[in-house]
Amino acid sequence: MAKVIKVLVGKPGLDGHDRGARVVARALRDAGMEVIYTGIRQTPEQIVATAIQEDVDAVGLSCLSGAHNNLFPKVVNLLREKGAEDILVFGGGIIPDGDIAGLKDSGIKEIFRPGSSTDETIKFITDQVNQ
Amino acid sequence: MTCSEHKQAFQQRQQQWQELVDKACARFPERRENFATTSGIEMKRLFTPEDLEQIDYTEDIGFPGIYPFTRGVQPTMYRARFWTMRQYAGFGSAEETNKRYKYLLENGQTGLSVAFDLPTQIGYDSDFELSEGEVGKVGVAIDTLADMETLFDGISLDKVSTSMTINAPAAVLLAMYVAVAEKQGVAPEQLRGTIQNDVLKEYFARGTYIFPPSPSMKIITDIFAFCKDNLPSWNTISISGYHIREAGSSAVQEVAFTLADGLAYVDAAIKSGLDVDVFAKRLSFFFNVHNPFLEEVAKFRAARRLWARLMKERFGAKKPASMMLRFHTQTAGCSLTAQQPNNNVVRVTIQALAAVLGGTNSLHTNSRDEALCLPTEDSVRIALRTQQVIAHESGVADSVDPLAGSYLVESLTSKIEDQAMAYIKKIDDLGGVVKAIEAGYIQNEIGDSAYAYQKAVETQEQVIVGVNKFTIEEAPPENLLTVKAEMERKQRQKLAQVKGGRDNKAVNKALQQLKLVAEEGGNLMIPIVAAVKLYASLGEVCGVLRQVFGEYQEQ
Repeated sequence: MAKVIKVLVGKPGLDGHDRGARVVARALRDAGMEVIYTGIRQTPEQIVATAIQEDVDAVGLSCLSGAHNNLFPKVVNLLREKGAEDILVFGGGIIPDGDIAGLKDSGIKEIFRPGSSTDETIKFITDQVNQ
Repeated sequence: MTCSEHKQAFQQRQQQWQELVDKACARFPERRENFATTSGIEMKRLFTPEDLEQIDYTEDIGFPGIYPFTRGVQPTMYRARFWTMRQYAGFGSAEETNKRYKYLLENGQTGLSVAFDLPTQIGYDSDFELSEGEVGKVGVAIDTLADMETLFDGISLDKVSTSMTINAPAAVLLAMYVAVAEKQGVAPEQLRGTIQNDVLKEYFARGTYIFPPSPSMKIITDIFAFCKDNLPSWNTISISGYHIREAGSSAVQEVAFTLADGLAYVDAAIKSGLDVDVFAKRLSFFFNVHNPFLEEVAKFRAARRLWARLMKERFGAKKPASMMLRFHTQTAGCSLTAQQPNNNVVRVTIQALAAVLGGTNSLHTNSRDEALCLPTEDSVRIALRTQQVIAHESGVADSVDPLAGSYLVESLTSKIEDQAMAYIKKIDDLGGVVKAIEAGYIQNEIGDSAYAYQKAVETQEQVIVGVNKFTIEEAPPENLLTVKAEMERKQRQKLAQVKGGRDNKAVNKALQQLKLVAEEGGNLMIPIVAAVKLYASLGEVCGVLRQVFGEYQEQ
């Protein structure tokens, strides 16, 4: 039997719009993954601590407030500092085209924007984790 | 014809039609087996007078300006004056936002609506650690009275009405508004506007809470009492379904949970010793409006009727003004697509029309680029023009509640009212809204609806033009509005300057006084007004209250 993929869905920063994060968390759960949803208003430090403690395979970050350029790379950097760079990090939210390349350069593997399907996200995580 | 002859003729024709339907369906099957609204109410093939049999015109529909206000809160509605055109706006610094307000007013907007950034909404200053990256992003950054002075520079506060989306720190921003008015020589009793001072929905739909529910309710009733004595024309709360809907609720859930919140505020105010017929007329509401046009029109009519009945029957309100549900509407942000953004102009038009036909008192129309960024000047102008075209060209504002009497609209109105009332009863059984939130009930109901919607989109049962059907290859959009990182640094500098230039001894004394009043349970508005006038910052004032009241932690 294949190992159950464990994913942390986190809302870094002050943004409280968590409809997308909750819908994604539920879809991943329905797809057979183990999902931890951190709730809103988490610091990158809190998200990374939980990710390491729970030994997750992937971290999904959601932000709609425009603070993604500050917050997402921080999570990747902290994971790297803690020797957990093998954890897959992806993100979603209202993210302008122009910011995507920079986020990917910082180590965010993929960005899912409004209009993405949860199936895309599920396939992406499954492929990446099982690589 | 006698009554029974009428009935016979009706049944005969209905039978004829049914035979035609059967033949038609055999040749051309209908697009779906079942049609339903977002709330799961059956969209029948045809609505007829049979659907009105349980509805009494005088009791249930009646006349505009008369209980139960199904047809509107004013006797002549838009024939006298159009709804207030109030575009929600704010970004970056107070200077930039002030410029946008002047632009909107020059283009015919009739009221202001302030969007604050997240640190401001959560009671943090721009130089606070967690504010990093968030300053000026989703709204304007306000740290001290100096920012508020800039925000309304050159705008006479006795001439405009202002709505502020501020919730948890509403007391502080209202205090700053009063202080700015005073500096302009405008007396508090001349101020018109609204504060979105609705913290309950923050716990289950939006997330910008600060304090736990009990002190939050105390602050809200303090504001009611302060405004009763000082700002008689101010709407002391805007009870907001908008965010409930954006979080994924159905139309019925939006009505139910919003009114349930409203009941909690009324209850709290009465318990604090206020007379329902004194404060209830200053309650206002805020709804969302989505694409399903007919359900949305019915939703507004149902909400108005249900609120009137609740106020009369539950709280014994006597004055008609206490029973009137007056509301602002915003078109649905979450319905906008980043793909083919010009399609959003059409969506917003349909939504705005539903709000107007539903009898809204003020309206914000979203801009086409809002799924991508904050709106540009061009986009916000088109959004405002959409309202102006509906008002001046469409003719729908020339007669009051023109869709009344429609078999479908009246039937849906009643069904929405019934189903919303069933939710309210369920919440009552759980012990009220706060208990229902603590039990996770409301969050789960909304979560189920949001998930069902997403699944419907992914299976194409729900078509979104340009996203899951009629898609095209698109070039990335150009000329989007961005808030420069530089802005955050400047805002922090400005705050440091204000803190350096004020009488810090007096500020500390005012903050101590605030703490004392908070501990002793007195009305907080007076010490807050005193503190902000001395340029105490938002973060400082909220910091004192955090010390006394603690902070809410999500369950």
